[in-house]
Amino acid sequence: MAIKILTEHINVPGIETFEVYRKQGGYSAVEKVIKTMTPEEVVEEAKKSGIRGRGGAGFPMGMKWGFLAKPEGVPRYLVCNADESEPGTFKDHHLMKCIPHLLIEGMIVSSFALGANKSFIYVRGELMYVIRILEKAIEEAKANGFLGKNILGSGYDLELVVQPGGGAYICGEETALLESLEGKRGNPRNKPPFPAVKGLYQSPTVVNNVESISNMPWVINNGGDAYAAIGIGRSTGTKLISASGHIQKPGVYEIELGVSVDEFLNSDEYCGGVRKGHYLKALVAGGSSVPILPAHLITKTAAGEDRLMSYESLSDGGFATGTMLGSGGFIVFDETACIVRNTWNFSRFYHHESCGQCSPCREGTGWMEKVLHRIEHGHGSMHDIDLLVDVAKKIEGNTICPLGDAAAWPVASAIRHFRDEFEWHITNPHEASQPGAVFMGAVLA
Amino acid sequence: MEEVKPQLIKITFDGIEVEVEPGTTIMQAARKIAEADESQGHLVPPAMCYYKPLPTSGGKCRACLVRVAAGSAKDPRPMPKLVPSCITQVQEGMIVENTTNPAVLDTRKSIVEFLLINHPLDCPVCDQAGECHLQDFSFEHGSAKTRYEEDRRTFDKIDIGPFVQLHMTRCILCYRCVYTADQITNKRVHGVMNRGDASEISTYIEKAIDNDFSGNVIDVCPVGALTDKTYRFKSRVWFSKPVDAHCDCDKCSGKVTLWYRGDEVIRVTARKNMWGEVNEFICNTCRFERKKTSDWTIEGPTKVKRSSVISANKYPKDLIAKPDFALKLAATQFKPIDDDRDYTTDAETVRHQSIENNDKANHRSLLTDNRK
Repeated sequence: MAIKILTEHINVPGIETFEVYRKQGGYSAVEKVIKTMTPEEVVEEAKKSGIRGRGGAGFPMGMKWGFLAKPEGVPRYLVCNADESEPGTFKDHHLMKCIPHLLIEGMIVSSFALGANKSFIYVRGELMYVIRILEKAIEEAKANGFLGKNILGSGYDLELVVQPGGGAYICGEETALLESLEGKRGNPRNKPPFPAVKGLYQSPTVVNNVESISNMPWVINNGGDAYAAIGIGRSTGTKLISASGHIQKPGVYEIELGVSVDEFLNSDEYCGGVRKGHYLKALVAGGSSVPILPAHLITKTAAGEDRLMSYESLSDGGFATGTMLGSGGFIVFDETACIVRNTWNFSRFYHHESCGQCSPCREGTGWMEKVLHRIEHGHGSMHDIDLLVDVAKKIEGNTICPLGDAAAWPVASAIRHFRDEFEWHITNPHEASQPGAVFMGAVLA
Repeated sequence: MEEVKPQLIKITFDGIEVEVEPGTTIMQAARKIAEADESQGHLVPPAMCYYKPLPTSGGKCRACLVRVAAGSAKDPRPMPKLVPSCITQVQEGMIVENTTNPAVLDTRKSIVEFLLINHPLDCPVCDQAGECHLQDFSFEHGSAKTRYEEDRRTFDKIDIGPFVQLHMTRCILCYRCVYTADQITNKRVHGVMNRGDASEISTYIEKAIDNDFSGNVIDVCPVGALTDKTYRFKSRVWFSKPVDAHCDCDKCSGKVTLWYRGDEVIRVTARKNMWGEVNEFICNTCRFERKKTSDWTIEGPTKVKRSSVISANKYPKDLIAKPDFALKLAATQFKPIDDDRDYTTDAETVRHQSIENNDKANHRSLLTDNRK
C-alpha cells in the first residue's frame, strides 16, 4: 500500500470535526512545535523535507520561507492560496472540504515558523460551503486553545482569517491575490519587489498553496528527513493528483512522486485506465496551462525512458517533447476528443480570465481565442496556424504574471503535436465543424 | 557640512556608457543619454503607460521591454526574460541592449500589433492625431499591415463631467488617468471596470468627475480616449500654434501652453517636456475657463521639435533659407516601411487588386453574418 500523508484519515467518519481529527493524532504537530521547537527549527525542517510548492510552479517551500525579510517592528503575514480555479485541478477543494483541520493545523505550524500573528486563507468565492466548513473548523480550534491568544499557554498569538475571493482565476497569482486581499482590484503587481520583501500591506509575506501547507504537520511529526525519503530525487513527498477526463475512475488520488505515468493511468489503484473500448489520444498532466502531450510521449519520454509522475521526469525534453507537473490536474483525452475544440475551450478560459493589465495578454488571449474559434467552426485558413504560433510566442515571457505563459503554452503545444488535426479542420471545414466531428488521421497512420 | 554625494552607478546602454544615481531606472538612464546628446534620441525605449510625474505608473504596456545582457558587475548573468525598462532599476555594471538586440525590436513590433488590434485607427477624425503617442509608437516600431481579421471592440462615448469626454474605443488601458485621479485629486471617482479585453476606464454608474484637477486626465492620455470637450473638433493640432503663458492662479502654478488658431485661444494645456510628460499639473479653471489672451501673460512660442508635425508650416523662412533641410530630415527621420506586400504602380493591377480585396471583405462579412 502506497504511503499516504494527506489523505490517510480522509475517510474516517466525522474527520471534519475537531474531536475525531484530534483522536486520529491531529494537532500533535502544533503541540510539538509550540512546546519544543523554535521557529528557526521549523523552517529548517521544511528545508530538509525538500517539499516543493504544490500550486504549480514547484518552488522549494523551505527556500521561499528562508527569503522572508524580517525587519524589526513590521508584521509578517502568511497567506494560504486556496483560489484553486485552473480547469482540471480540484485537489485543494477536496482536501479542505474533507479534512479542514489538516489545513488549519498546517497554518498554525507554518505561521509559527514565520512569526506571523495574523494569517489568511484566501478561498475562491465559488466555494462558499467550503468557506463555512473552514470557519467552523477555526471556531473549534479556537475553542480548544489551538488558535487565538496565547496558544497552549506559550504566549504565541495567531488569528486565522478566511477570505472569500471574487471568483477570478487571476487572483490565484500570488501578487494579484494580495491586491485582492487588500480590497483592491486583483491585478498582479510588477516584481520585484517580491512578496517576501513587500507583500500584503507592504509587509513581508509568504504565499503558499493549500497542499504545501497541509504537508507541514506530517513533516513536523516525522521529521523533514523522513519526508525527503519519500518520492524520487528532488521531487520529494506525495502529491495530490486530480484525475479527470476519459478514464475509468476520475477523482483525487494521493501518489508518491515517482510513480510511473503508466501505472497511474492504468492500474486499478488509481485511474483504472482509459474508458472501455477507447484508447489514449492525448494528456494534460498538470492542469490546463501546461503543454498537452500526444499518446506516444506520455508513458515514455523522447529518449525512451519510462515517464514518471515527478517534476523532473514530466518536464524531461523541455517543451519540445515534455510538459510539467504543474498543479496536478491530470486530464485524459481518448480518441473521441477534438484537440482543436479543446484548445479553443482552454483559450476561451484564459481570454475570459486575463486581468487586462498588460497588453500582450489582454489583446493576445482574445486574439488567439477568436482565431481558434474560426478554425473550429470551419472558417480558418492555413496561415492562421502560423499566426497562432507567432502570437503565442509573442505573449510568452512578455507579460507581468505567468497567466500569459499559461495561455500561450496550451495553444503552442497543441499545434506542435497535433498540427495535422488543425490542418484537417482547415481543409475540411464543413466536416470539421459538425458537432462531435473528430479527426481520425492519427488512427490510420 | 559638505553634502555627501551618492556613489554614481555606471551602466552600458546600447554600447554607450552612462553614470546615474542609484535607484534610477533603465528608462531614465536612457533618457539621460538622449538629453545629453539629442542625436541619440532614438535609443530611448518608448513609453506608453509609464509617466514619470505619476509614481508607480509603468510596467503595463510592455512597449519598453529591453534585454539585460548582464545583470550587474557582481552577478554578470543575463536576465532570463526581457524586462520593462521603466520600472527596472539599474545595477553597477549592468549591460542593457535595446535597439541593438533584434529580439527586443521584434517583441516591440508585436506590442504595437497587440495595442493596435483593438484600436480603431480613426486618426483622421481623432483630436489626438499629431500629438498621439500611439501614432508615434506605431510609426516607429510597427508594421504597415495587420494580421487581425476580427471585429474590434467598440464602446459608446461617455461624458464624464462637463469638460471631459471618454471615448473608450480608442483606449489602450495604460492606467495613466487612473493614477492621475488617484494621486493628484483627493476624491478618486474613476477606475477600471471589468477585465481582460473587456476592461474599460469608467466611473461608477457614469458618475461625473467633478474636481479641480480632473482635466489633467486629458493631458496624460497617450491616445485620443480622453478629450477636452471645449476643444473637440475645433482644429487639428498642426494648424494651431503653441505659446507659453502664465497667470496668477490660486489653485495651480498657472504655467500653461496656449494653443492659438489665428487670434483665438482654442485650447489650454499643461506644459510638456521632451518626453511628452506634463511638467506641472494645472487646474480646471486655467484649462477650461481662461480662454482669452487678456487672461494670460505671454512668455513666447513653445519650443517644438522640428520632427513634430506641430512644427509644420510654422517655420517657412527656415525652409526657404536652407533648402536641404527637408532632405536632411528625410534622411535622418524616415525609416523604411515594414510591408512585404508587392507594390504595383500599374493602374490596371491596382484597380483589380482593390476589387479583389473588396470581394474578400464582403465574403468575410457574409461569413460573419451567417455565424450569428
